[in-house]
Amino acid sequence: MSCVKGYVLPGLPHLVLTPDANPGWKKVRQAMDKVREQIKALDVDVLMIYSTYWPSVIGHQIQANPSPEWVHVDDEFHALGSIPYKLRIDAELAKAYVDTARARKLTARTINYQGFPVDTGSVVVSKLVNPDNRLPAVIVSSNIYSDRAETLVLGKAAREALEKQGKRAVAIAVTSLSNRLHEHKIDPKDDKIHSLKDQEWNQKFLEFLEAGRLEDAAQLSRQFHREARVNKVANFKPFWWLASIMGQSNLYTGEILEYQPIYGSGAAVVGLTPAARAARDLEFDEADPDVYSGERNVLGGNTTDGDVELDVELDVEKP
Amino acid sequence: MSKGKIVAGVLAPHPPHLVYAENPPQNEPKAECGWETLRWAYERLRKSLSQIEYDVLIVHSPHWRTQIGTHFLGVPHFKSLSVDPVFPNLFRYSYDLKVDVELAEAICKEAAGAGLETQMMRNKDFRIDYGTIVSCHMTDPQWRKPIVGISSNGAARYFNMDVMQAMMFKLGKATRAAVEKSGRRAVLLSSNSLSHRHFTKEPDVVEDMSFEHINNHNQYLWDMKMIDLMKRGRTREMIDILTDFTEQATAETEGGSLTWMMSALDFPKYPAEVHGYGTVIGTGNAVVEWREVRP
Repeated sequence: MSCVKGYVLPGLPHLVLTPDANPGWKKVRQAMDKVREQIKALDVDVLMIYSTYWPSVIGHQIQANPSPEWVHVDDEFHALGSIPYKLRIDAELAKAYVDTARARKLTARTINYQGFPVDTGSVVVSKLVNPDNRLPAVIVSSNIYSDRAETLVLGKAAREALEKQGKRAVAIAVTSLSNRLHEHKIDPKDDKIHSLKDQEWNQKFLEFLEAGRLEDAAQLSRQFHREARVNKVANFKPFWWLASIMGQSNLYTGEILEYQPIYGSGAAVVGLTPAARAARDLEFDEADPDVYSGERNVLGGNTTDGDVELDVELDVEKP
Repeated sequence: MSKGKIVAGVLAPHPPHLVYAENPPQNEPKAECGWETLRWAYERLRKSLSQIEYDVLIVHSPHWRTQIGTHFLGVPHFKSLSVDPVFPNLFRYSYDLKVDVELAEAICKEAAGAGLETQMMRNKDFRIDYGTIVSCHMTDPQWRKPIVGISSNGAARYFNMDVMQAMMFKLGKATRAAVEKSGRRAVLLSSNSLSHRHFTKEPDVVEDMSFEHINNHNQYLWDMKMIDLMKRGRTREMIDILTDFTEQATAETEGGSLTWMMSALDFPKYPAEVHGYGTVIGTGNAVVEWREVRP
């Protein structure tokens, strides 16, 4: 298995620069610290990061500078301060990622330029969950025009690159849930989710994730985009990528480590660990077969504890 | 102190390709050629502006996007490297620029007085966005004039175009009032393309002009409609239909720069000087100057 764990992590700079200003921010920061410890305990080679904070136009850009270094200042929250960073990138895997993406007809390229502005989300997450660069990372941009099919293929390309190099990874989608910030300056202590509607959609999404239903959540992305996202790009893509790189199924144990508002947006820290059994509330079939493998009896097979047993040998052709 | 004045307003698009093709010493990547119609348009603009005295460039850039109000550069001097996050292969530009902080603070204060959310940007590590840099470089390659840098508020996406335009009307009026009180002679730069649907692929030789054309005919028709209104001095009508234009041509006017500038110029009724139009990676770009009194 190339992806041994997945995370959904927020990327606003408050978590690095001013976590103590609000009890909720502090809780999210503590959850990020917990993620750091969880990752430390895993036997993995690399962090695979998809950042919604890094937009691209020319296909998919993949960071390949072995050691990008700068002092980052956020466009919006510049008053909070500066974040010096020095990251460690798995340039070899980045190149392989580009190759697998291109082989799947995507436009992709590596980025290796001194001074390239690594995005706020990638910097924040790297500083918090991998502060000493113990693991190298690969960071991919979010193309503003791409939609579901393209993003799924991008996730598959990532998985294929990992498999080709025999590497084990933690997959990280850097994103908020609802992304609407307060339009006016607020006292940090008065922070709250921007609207009840955003709050309800965040909670709905988190219910799915807590039950391990990553593929189901991914399939709700279009709806979530309409309901709880400020439409800056074509669609809400991080869950398509995360579901794709992790195998497009609901076979996970979900853990909501924290969920709080950060300046009005929904900041959730979610862990997803592959499991052999799926949650019972299935809306979508889990497999993504390349060859039809017969009836899978998804409506049958109820067990005494209420869960549904599934064939976990995905993508395997049967006689 | 004599009364200040906005002496010109310029639609000054910011594709980094234009700086790349100019091969200035500040930019590391080098080109063979490319996008001449637009670069020559900027040449004509520079020649035109050389005929007037001005003290400052005030630039409104969609690539410094803020949601919590409008922000203003508030540090007197910036020197750093700007690498375009979207086209890093073309734009790695060492900048060294001065900011007219006094005027920026005056506009900020005036806008706050009009009810807008505003903020001065005081972080010395802040990197200037490439929209600001490209528009200013193409207008004043020697950077002889200080600038005032204004962020683009995302109200069009957060609410709708009408809300954004209402805010930019106020910001434009505030800009004019502050300039007049300051005694400065200012040139305004609206740093945006018109239609803005990009191609998502580049040719191997990026400046290979055999690949360059408008992304789609619909965009082209809309661009020509807008330019026609500019040439006829019908800027009120142009702003009135900007919502439709922005939606149907995926236009970069959603950032508010053009609306801000039209309001600051008090919606000119005189014809604009269209220095040129051209496409960059499928987007439509025009260099257009509004100057009431011409020699």
